[in-house]
Amino acid sequence: MKIIHSDVLVIGGGLAGQRVALAAKRRGLEPSILSLVPAKRSHSVAAQGGMQASLANCFKGEGDNEDVHFEDTVRGSDWGCDQRVARMFAHVAPKAIRELAAWGVAWNRVRAGDHEVVINGQRVTLTEREAAQGLITARDFGGTRKWRTCYTSDGTGHAMLYTLSDRVIAEAIPVHERQEALALIHDGQRCHGAVVRDLITGELSAHLARATVIATGGYGRIYGISTNALINEGMGAALALETGVARLGNMEAVQFHPTAIVPTGILVTEGCRGDGGVLRDVDGHRFMPDYEPEKKDLASRDVVSRRMAEHMRAGKGVSSPYGEHLWLDITQLGAAHIERNLREVKDICRYFLGIDPAKDFIPVRPTQHYSMGGVRTDFRGESPWLSGLFSCGEAACWDLHGFNRLGGNSVAETVVAGMLVGEYVADFCQSPHGELEVSTALARDFVQREQRGLEALITHPGRENAVALRRRMEQIMTDKVGLFRNGPDLESAVAELADLLARSREIAVSGGLDANPELVLAYRLPRMLKVALTVAMGALNRTESRGAHFREDHPARNDRDWLNRTLACWREGDALPTLEYEELDVMSMELPPGFRGYGAKNIIDHPEAAPRQAEVDEMHAAKQDRYAAQSYLMSFKQFLPLKYRGRNERLDEPLP
Amino acid sequence: MPRTLTFHVFRHNPRDPGSEPGVREYQVEEASGMTLFIALTRIREEHDPGLSFDFVCRAGVCGSCAMLINGRPGLACRTLTSELPGTISLFPLPGFELIADLSVNTGKWMRAMSERLQAWVHLSCEVNLNEIEAAMDPDLAEAVYELDRCIECGCCVAACGTALMRPDFVGAVGMNKLARFRLDPRDDRSDAEYYQLIGDDSGIFGCMSLLGCQDVCPKELSLQTQIAYLRRAMARQGL
Repeated sequence: MKIIHSDVLVIGGGLAGQRVALAAKRRGLEPSILSLVPAKRSHSVAAQGGMQASLANCFKGEGDNEDVHFEDTVRGSDWGCDQRVARMFAHVAPKAIRELAAWGVAWNRVRAGDHEVVINGQRVTLTEREAAQGLITARDFGGTRKWRTCYTSDGTGHAMLYTLSDRVIAEAIPVHERQEALALIHDGQRCHGAVVRDLITGELSAHLARATVIATGGYGRIYGISTNALINEGMGAALALETGVARLGNMEAVQFHPTAIVPTGILVTEGCRGDGGVLRDVDGHRFMPDYEPEKKDLASRDVVSRRMAEHMRAGKGVSSPYGEHLWLDITQLGAAHIERNLREVKDICRYFLGIDPAKDFIPVRPTQHYSMGGVRTDFRGESPWLSGLFSCGEAACWDLHGFNRLGGNSVAETVVAGMLVGEYVADFCQSPHGELEVSTALARDFVQREQRGLEALITHPGRENAVALRRRMEQIMTDKVGLFRNGPDLESAVAELADLLARSREIAVSGGLDANPELVLAYRLPRMLKVALTVAMGALNRTESRGAHFREDHPARNDRDWLNRTLACWREGDALPTLEYEELDVMSMELPPGFRGYGAKNIIDHPEAAPRQAEVDEMHAAKQDRYAAQSYLMSFKQFLPLKYRGRNERLDEPLP
Repeated sequence: MPRTLTFHVFRHNPRDPGSEPGVREYQVEEASGMTLFIALTRIREEHDPGLSFDFVCRAGVCGSCAMLINGRPGLACRTLTSELPGTISLFPLPGFELIADLSVNTGKWMRAMSERLQAWVHLSCEVNLNEIEAAMDPDLAEAVYELDRCIECGCCVAACGTALMRPDFVGAVGMNKLARFRLDPRDDRSDAEYYQLIGDDSGIFGCMSLLGCQDVCPKELSLQTQIAYLRRAMARQGL
């Protein structure tokens, strides 16, 4: 048996995984990264519009700071997030972007003087300060009160991932490409690494490490149409789930992005609307102001997606051979702006639709986009149930996004979480708990179990067609666990997914154990079905509507009974996951539950919301400086690694 | 009336002693908006579950799916079948290690190239993350991003005469990277240091200016211009 040792085994080579590895390396540890694909091809590369960080450099960003970013994030989450984590995140995001700026990301910069932009359909002239010349600029995004989304044209994820990957190469961190973790090696209390399959040769090996980090991205591909890359099949969530002890958090929280093109589901960035684009219906009418007069086309993603679906249900969709859609209109921005700031959008329109977005409307509809749920961890990124198992980025639920993520907060989360969790991983490795004490017998048992499973797949005379089962799963998730949900549909989804899971054990595979795509689908599909079941069951049980989780039969946000986080675990031998709930503590919230301001207010209040609000109001009435007030309401700096506790300098907020 | 497309696809597994390199034929009914990603997925699902190929983003941004499409390097995911004749031949990208069928190991090649060319920003010192970032000229930032748009797909290497003759040639991808870092004020290397990396026939002086790289670059990077400028700067170093 081949055994490979490292201090930190990072599963996933995207932004979060690579940043964790860099943190560990800089603390004197030896990390190694596993990646299904060459690291620069990870799904992080597809992030287009930008990264949120409250730099407050550009005119429309003036007055921005951590407080505003924090509040936008909490409101965006529909109060489902962990406010302490949101605070840590908002505080470190400016540091993360400044680090990336130093390492080589070519962020777009402020040009002092006048420039013309489109806001709410009107051309407006803005004047940028002389002092901001050459500093990082930002664009508008949905659900934010300031222009906070920093960008490199619309290739932000690409620029960030290439810069981080280049640093990983510079710092000589090994990336094991085309390697897949099949199972975590653990004893029920402590994680020791993973069983890893070489996707070229099929060879299995045991990777043993003091700490193991799941940074595998989301699970969008359990849906039929998704903006996600093909590799986002939820295998990281499945790895944790199959330990039988680690829990997944809020798996039913699945985001649908308003503007994916029809029919392929490829994303065009929220930056299209941030820069002044609007949604139109079959009559060419701009309909979002009818529903959301205040935020219009730039309401939170969950809201815009539901309004679009509602408008199509009202008969205002455009019919096409691929079903109904609406139009995204960016023609008013002009060819020069599109060529400079929305060039990927232009390419996508040209190659996949054969249109020019400077002249033509883009056919779009809401499409699965982001997984708020994932491996449940504490604020340090560690699983409370399996020591030595960490997770960060989209794969994790530490829980920054609650039930809806703001655009621009995901790439920001990847690097911020990478920086923070990387430090905590290093702390863990350098503590007495971090010693690697594993018997090779345990590792061998795990490798042999996986080997036997794979051999059984290719020798067993199966009678099920993996492709047919997968298509059915995707259809169920799209039809019954989508944008609008209801009890009867979710019940039938759970029943049918459970049946598919049973049938998936009878999949027929031809071909051998090495580079064999048929075998890969055969072993991944049961894992995808388990992940799909945690999503469907979480959605069935949660009889309220919050953020992206919308129950037509329970349209109110019910803080009284559901201000909590779903935890899913899958005990060995069980046919279904077990769900439990973790309460959110209202009395410790800096921003007590309130109304987000979309549509009509429909909230069943939490009994502690009003008393906590009174405390918070009293504090704000005292008019202390913002740092003192914040620290009194919900102190968080002690949870940050020492090196990231310093204040962030801004043009209007010099360092003390 | 939809066309029936005939695909001639290269099949070979170099790790299987029984495998002979060859071409298999598949028929697929064309659908509107069909890309080679959709067509190949259909072939795998309906005709040949063992067919290997690499798609990740399927949106033209990750660089995984470069292959020879009727003899020309290109990204399969964003190639519409409607722009191709009824008979389509698909071969793996030359110049890279074959994994199986249409799948080649571009990742390994690119990492080796990056290590050899030290293709990262060489920082003089770490910055204080609490402080306002250093200002950068907005036009220069855009010019750096322009060169940073390379997706390491390997098309330029597959289309390069020198790369086919010299396996150690760094290709347009490598030279474009150094052009990008040379332009970047955050990288403090001098031309003398760049000369040490590419001042020979496996680098800047190996280019025969055949322009194949620029012709096939899916991101339409100005590769020949970059190589020309770099060659002039490196020639000055050699004097």
